[in-house]
Amino acid sequence: MALFNNHLANNKMKFFRNTIIIILLLLFALATLFPIYFMIISSLGDPVEAGAMSYSLFPTKISLDSYKFFFDYSEYSFRWLTNSLIVAGAVTISNVFFASMAGYAFSKIQFKGRAFLFTLLLCAMMIPYQVTQVPLYILIVNVFHIQNTYSALIMPGLVTVYNIFLAKQFMTTIPKEIIESGKMEGASQFQIYVKIILPLSKTVMAVMAILTFMENWNTFFWPFLVTNTMDMQTIQVGLKNFRFANTTYFAPMMAGATISALPMFILFFSLQKYFLEGVTVGAVKG
Amino acid sequence: MIQTMKPAKKRKIRGDGAWGYTFIAVALVVFALFTAYPVASAFIISFQEYKPLGSTYVGFDNYVNTFSDSLFWKSVKNTIVYTILTVPVALFLSFAVAILILPLKKWMQTTFKAVFYLPAVASGVALSVVWLWIFDPMSSGILNQLLGTVGIESQNWLGSSSTSMFSLVFMSWLSSHGTSIIIYLAALLGIDTSYYEAAELDGANFLQKLWYIVIPCLKPTTLFLLVTGVIGSFQVFQNAYLMTGGGPDNSTTMVGLLIFNNAFKYFEFGEAAAQSLILALLIAGIAMVQFKFLGKEVEY
Repeated sequence: MALFNNHLANNKMKFFRNTIIIILLLLFALATLFPIYFMIISSLGDPVEAGAMSYSLFPTKISLDSYKFFFDYSEYSFRWLTNSLIVAGAVTISNVFFASMAGYAFSKIQFKGRAFLFTLLLCAMMIPYQVTQVPLYILIVNVFHIQNTYSALIMPGLVTVYNIFLAKQFMTTIPKEIIESGKMEGASQFQIYVKIILPLSKTVMAVMAILTFMENWNTFFWPFLVTNTMDMQTIQVGLKNFRFANTTYFAPMMAGATISALPMFILFFSLQKYFLEGVTVGAVKG
Repeated sequence: MIQTMKPAKKRKIRGDGAWGYTFIAVALVVFALFTAYPVASAFIISFQEYKPLGSTYVGFDNYVNTFSDSLFWKSVKNTIVYTILTVPVALFLSFAVAILILPLKKWMQTTFKAVFYLPAVASGVALSVVWLWIFDPMSSGILNQLLGTVGIESQNWLGSSSTSMFSLVFMSWLSSHGTSIIIYLAALLGIDTSYYEAAELDGANFLQKLWYIVIPCLKPTTLFLLVTGVIGSFQVFQNAYLMTGGGPDNSTTMVGLLIFNNAFKYFEFGEAAAQSLILALLIAGIAMVQFKFLGKEVEY
């Protein structure tokens, strides 16, 4: 009754088929997870120069010396993590708040120029970032003179069109009657937004928060462009600099990579549902 | 009646309108300042020789220079090669995996979705650091070791212009396909089972059902993934920058990296802006062609 024949001659056949499927899937999973596995087990090795060493696919010893080596590289190593947290956190909070407000306005409030403005935003989403990168850099560095500050790292990301779109798509599905009844009770639009819309949009807001946080934690390009001292760099930029400064230190490099990825792994394992939901929320309706 | 209704209605709309503008105010300011203005500015800069204190107008020089630059054409070629080698393979892999996940029990579907998505949460910088060591050109390098067991001699993966592009492509094959897998799976679950029932009555086997039902039904999904995949691939920058720096001999210089180099290595802002606009047009053109040729029977 489906793509797969679920009425196979006997259960043995079905079990056999599913076993083969699972083996195939596991093989593919093994291949895509290999870099991460390799990263984590190698980070537990000694912080010695690679030279004549040979890599091993299994941990030969477990030591945290390479992590120590990574943190000792710069007095700002911990600061990189804090910076990433500050930037990603600020951008996330701002997006959840302002993108949802804009999403609500674009989906439920009638105002002049609404359709035009929204179309404009959608068109902008198709412009590759290469187009804006040079003028944006000039704006931040030569006009505002705020390079190497948190403002420079945070401001361009305060509200993204993608998040407005995400919020709007979801809020369009909220029945009009709920908002109307709020109005009948004499609630202002702001009260409706806070007391009715936000509680109903919890899931989509969680998805938005998580994806925005992850993207900004992992982003490399913009922080790399607008920071020029170690104390303002984010963990991704710091990791890149560590890599170029210590080209032969294999295990510490892996330790650094693990450190940069670990917070996201923890986030993923604790909030997996929202990560997976985020994919379909953003794509199918888009 | 109509006379009295009209002003009241109008006032209500105007009242709401003020709220509307208030709600989008911050978003609009951010958009105007950090997207709209830069785009407009990119147009202007592309006709200038940029200097911090007073740029000079140079007409179409930046565009002419770009089109007569052999490196630009090489980077376009590299980008196209990279796209052709990565995007269709990614689509095929995700489709195949989604089909394989489909008959499993719900909890297994979720587990596999999570497993395949997992690598996507690690940052590009972290993964590039790892792959750099996987591609270690010494015979003790991981990839060389693995291939050594089947008798293939050691390669200078990233360091030789004959293998550098393939190395980046290979890395992309083994990156996370979780997003596409999940999207395909959602689409597969959305296919009406009555199609299969009808096909089974006609005696269709698995492959026939796949060919006549699944592939046509998933065409909009495939088109969506294809277009977004190609758009993403044309902007690819980070892996080339971090893994090979575009080398050796510019064998992995893609348009995104060329623009970056022109802008932030040589500070030729004008030329970088011109090239970025050409890239934008190129991407828009390709997306349109894809919709035209593949989107014919797609209904939204």
